[in-house]
Amino acid sequence: MTDVATTTTPVLDVRADFPILSREIDGRPLVYLDSAATSQKPEPVIQAMDDYYRRHNANIHRGVYTLAQEATDLFEGARERVAAFTGAETPTTIFTRNATEALNLVAYAWGRRNVGPGDVVLLTEMEHHSNIVPWQLLCCDTGAELRYLHVSDEGTLSLDELDAELAGGRVKLAAFAHVSNVLGTVNPVAEIAARVRAAGGLSVVDGAQAVPQMPVDVAAVGADFYAWTGHKALGPTGIGVLHGRRSILEDMRPFLGGGDMIRTVDWQESTWNDLPWKFEAGTSMVAEGVGLGAAVDYLSALGMESVRAHERALVAYALERLAEIGGVRVIGPPGAEDRGGVISFELEGVHPHDVAELINRENVCVRAGHHCAMPLMRRLGVPATARASVGPYNDTSDVDALVAALVKAKKVFA
Amino acid sequence: MDDLYRDYILDHYKQPRNFGELDPHDLDAHDHNPLCGDELGVHIVVRDGRIAELRFHGQGCAISQAAASIASEEYVGMEVGDVGELDADWVLDLLGIPISATRRKCALLNLKVMRGAVTGDASWPE
Repeated sequence: MTDVATTTTPVLDVRADFPILSREIDGRPLVYLDSAATSQKPEPVIQAMDDYYRRHNANIHRGVYTLAQEATDLFEGARERVAAFTGAETPTTIFTRNATEALNLVAYAWGRRNVGPGDVVLLTEMEHHSNIVPWQLLCCDTGAELRYLHVSDEGTLSLDELDAELAGGRVKLAAFAHVSNVLGTVNPVAEIAARVRAAGGLSVVDGAQAVPQMPVDVAAVGADFYAWTGHKALGPTGIGVLHGRRSILEDMRPFLGGGDMIRTVDWQESTWNDLPWKFEAGTSMVAEGVGLGAAVDYLSALGMESVRAHERALVAYALERLAEIGGVRVIGPPGAEDRGGVISFELEGVHPHDVAELINRENVCVRAGHHCAMPLMRRLGVPATARASVGPYNDTSDVDALVAALVKAKKVFA
Repeated sequence: MDDLYRDYILDHYKQPRNFGELDPHDLDAHDHNPLCGDELGVHIVVRDGRIAELRFHGQGCAISQAAASIASEEYVGMEVGDVGELDADWVLDLLGIPISATRRKCALLNLKVMRGAVTGDASWPE
């Protein structure tokens, strides 16, 4: 029997479950290598949402009629499975619009009341804009100082530098990515969270890239908040998740006010609903919740250990094959062991934008640009990179197509 | 031959004309294409109401850099006041290659920067 944790060959064969991947453009198949931007959706997710609208659609948490009860059960049932999928409790699993909104929820509802002048908000140089800008706004409003942990040339963080920052005694909150969307670096988030906590700070993890590709147990990570998004995890757009520590969530003020998040409303004041609904104002993204529930069911059936093993094997294969093309420089950790399913690279003499344009002619979809990480691009000394990222539906033929397209692109600029 | 990456486009990309810096200069501007990180600045020396000398500087894709290089040869000698009258089609015709919607801003960045330097209008050319 093959141990999925150590296999070096891709273990999944699920391409047929994803209807869009049977699409051809100009008579040739799609080679989708942009899963870090958004994942494709398997048939069960599409069907669950379709079925919801065809058979169960009603507003939730309100109606007494059968349809409303079905819709509520579908939505709240999805929440239970989403929480279980990430090792979290259901009442502390809050649905947001996306990971960005989840991070903003913390910055506004917790940050504005707990962070002040003299405090430090600590980030890392590898953060996505969604985990930078909310904290910039917070620091701007409160007079706190924004500081960054540096990224090494191999794309890693230093725990010694973290300790030095924490020793200053001013870190009120630290926010950091579980997996970098540019470098692919898998950060030691449990270790970071433990050290931040020991120093009296709150930790917030951006898990947008981690949850789709590896087993994540938010209880084991031990951060105070953990944010991720549905659309990168085979689910629909329009739904994100914030897991929070119960005691903190209970003490927090709501983020947005409106229907559903209240217990009572009087002329001058209101009282709040229980967790998690206290943080879910207005009509929820019901179909999206149902879709995300189907997505985590699908991923659970594959097994996240298998997903991780599959993607790691593909990345190892891609790193090997990319090295065969002269002039490809891969950015980030050198080994597949230390990175997620993302490979940022440069092709000598060809701007990433031109790389993406040229390989698109072979239906190879990659991202080119700054990947919503302009400060990191500056740190790496590159204007932009091309980025290939894999999902459970990719196989070695996708990597081969990428390599062949790059060889062709290189010839155009030779 | 490639439709988009024609020989003259690649030639201008690899050996851009009028690139570098000019000090002192009379007019300058700097801008970028937020979508892809293409970046372009310009220094302009004006004599008798005309663009006497001009240097672009920056980094970006073949389309943005070649477009700046090709257009630079037209800008030199032009009356300063005429730059504000140029529109997107002027650049696209000059390039003579099929520019898709996603690459349009790459091609137009040089005119955006020029108009910014001359008129202060930093909007995208239409």
